[in-house]
Amino acid sequence: MLNYFNPSNTLKVINKLQKFIFALFIAVLILGLFEALVLSPEDYKQSDSVRIMYVHVPAAWISLGIFSVISILSFGILIFKNKNFILISKSLAPSGFVFNIIALVTGSIWGKPTWGTWWAWDARITSMLLLAVFYLMFIMSWKIFEDEKKSIKLSSYIAIFGLINVPIIKFSVDWWSTLHQPSSVNVFKETTIHSTMLMPLGIMTAAFALFSILIFLMKYHTELLKIKNKGLDRL
Amino acid sequence: MMNEILNMNGYGLYVWSSFMFTLLSFGTLYFVTKIQLNKELSNFEAKFKNLDIDKVEIAKKQEIYRGILSSTSTSKI
Repeated sequence: MLNYFNPSNTLKVINKLQKFIFALFIAVLILGLFEALVLSPEDYKQSDSVRIMYVHVPAAWISLGIFSVISILSFGILIFKNKNFILISKSLAPSGFVFNIIALVTGSIWGKPTWGTWWAWDARITSMLLLAVFYLMFIMSWKIFEDEKKSIKLSSYIAIFGLINVPIIKFSVDWWSTLHQPSSVNVFKETTIHSTMLMPLGIMTAAFALFSILIFLMKYHTELLKIKNKGLDRL
Repeated sequence: MMNEILNMNGYGLYVWSSFMFTLLSFGTLYFVTKIQLNKELSNFEAKFKNLDIDKVEIAKKQEIYRGILSSTSTSKI
C-alpha cells in the first residue's frame, strides 16, 4: 500500500496533473467569482458584505483540513518513519498557512461592517490565530535546524500538538458565546444556508481546493528535486 | 449595473478588498512556488550536464531520475 505512494510513481502523476489542475482551477475560479460577486443574492441582514463569506469560509475550511491531514501524517511519520509522509506534510504546509492568513484577514475585513470592529478576542478568531502560529512553527521547524532528524521530530510533535486546536476551532461557536454565528453548512445536521448562496460557496470551495492541490504538487515536485539533487552529488 | 457591482450597497470597499487580498495571496504563493521549482530544476539540469558518461547512464537507469528528466530540457541531451 505504501509503495503506491512511491516518489518515482508520484512524479509521473505530478507532471501530468499539474497543467490539468491549473487549467481546471482557473475555469472553476472564474465561475465561482462570477457566482459570488454577480449572481448570488445579498443577505437580508448583512446586505452585500455577505459576499466576503465566499472567500473567508473556503479559506478557513481548507486551512483547517490541511492542518488535520498534516497532523494525521505526523502520526505516520513518528510510527512508520515513512519519508514520503514527511515530503507530503512539508509540501502541504505553505498553502495551508496562506489559506489561514486569508481566513484571518478577510474575517477581519468582514468584522468591521458587521460587528463594528476589525478584531475581537472571540473564541473562533483566537483559535484560528493559534492555528496560524502552529503553521508558522511547523514551517520554521524545517528552517531552524540543520539536522533533518531534529526537524522531523519537532515538526511532527508541533502538528500532533496542534491537532488539539482543530476541534476547538470547529466547536468554539457551540462551546462559548462568540461573535460568530453557529455553522450554517452541516454534514450531519440540516444545512440552513439557502441554495443560491450554497452554490457559489461550493464552487469557491472547489476552486480553493484545486489551488491547494496545485501548490501541493509544485511543492512536492520541488522537495523531490532537492533530494535528487543531493543524490546526484553522491553518484 | 457596473456601479452597483462596484459599490455593493456601500460595502464595495470591504468586499473588493477581501477578494483582491485573496487573489493577490494566490498569485504570490503561486509565483514563489514556481520560482522555487524552476530553481531546483535548473540546479538539477546543471548538475546532470556536468556528470560523467558512466554516472549519466547510472542515473538514467533509475526510474526517479527518468521521471525528473522527462520534465527538463536535459532529456533531449
